[in-house]
Amino acid sequence: MITTRVQTEPFDLSVETAALTNARTDIGALVTFTGLVRDHPLALEHYPGMTERQLAAIAREAEARWAILAGTVIHRHGALEPADPIVLVAIAAAHRGEAFQAAEFLMDWLKTRAPFWKREGAGWVEAKAADDAAAGRWAL
Amino acid sequence: MKLLYFAWVRERIGCGEEDVSPPASVVTVADLLDWLAARSPGHAAALADRSAVRVAVDQDFAGMDARVTEAKEIAIFPPVTGG
Repeated sequence: MITTRVQTEPFDLSVETAALTNARTDIGALVTFTGLVRDHPLALEHYPGMTERQLAAIAREAEARWAILAGTVIHRHGALEPADPIVLVAIAAAHRGEAFQAAEFLMDWLKTRAPFWKREGAGWVEAKAADDAAAGRWAL
Repeated sequence: MKLLYFAWVRERIGCGEEDVSPPASVVTVADLLDWLAARSPGHAAALADRSAVRVAVDQDFAGMDARVTEAKEIAIFPPVTGG
């Protein structure tokens, strides 16, 4: 079961991964991706209600496609500084193939379908065609 | 129906949320955008390039042909940039 959270607070990678593996001996692979703020402070806006709904839906899709034992997706919003973590995708599976693929799938989805918008100073960051292409290969 | 605007769509329209009662002739998302664009110069500016905006009907992404007549909440926003 992949749990999903939308929050302003920072997250601690070791706390989140420990929660996934705690008291389990069936997990052979744990893959994590952390997205960080580069160079310039960001303000992240989101659509309350739709973000939670869409994150839960994509978690169910990942669970349907791969044999995932546990996972966590956390996406922050609000004011962030360079080097701050923005997003965490952590996936635990018996084997690395599923864990790597599910993590990449979830990130490609987040980049194209999660209703967040980044503002850098006075300007809004623009969506990238490369992200749509990446999402396309999963038949999203 | 409740309309929600995000990012530069909100900035150009000048508000983040409004309640509207479009006429019965507004059936699809495309009809709604046409009707909204005539509402104010801010609405027209936000919707000048239809390919630059995305729409969600009741919190699911929707295309220009999607029906809006039974919708409770419709959101208009730029392509998402999360992750």
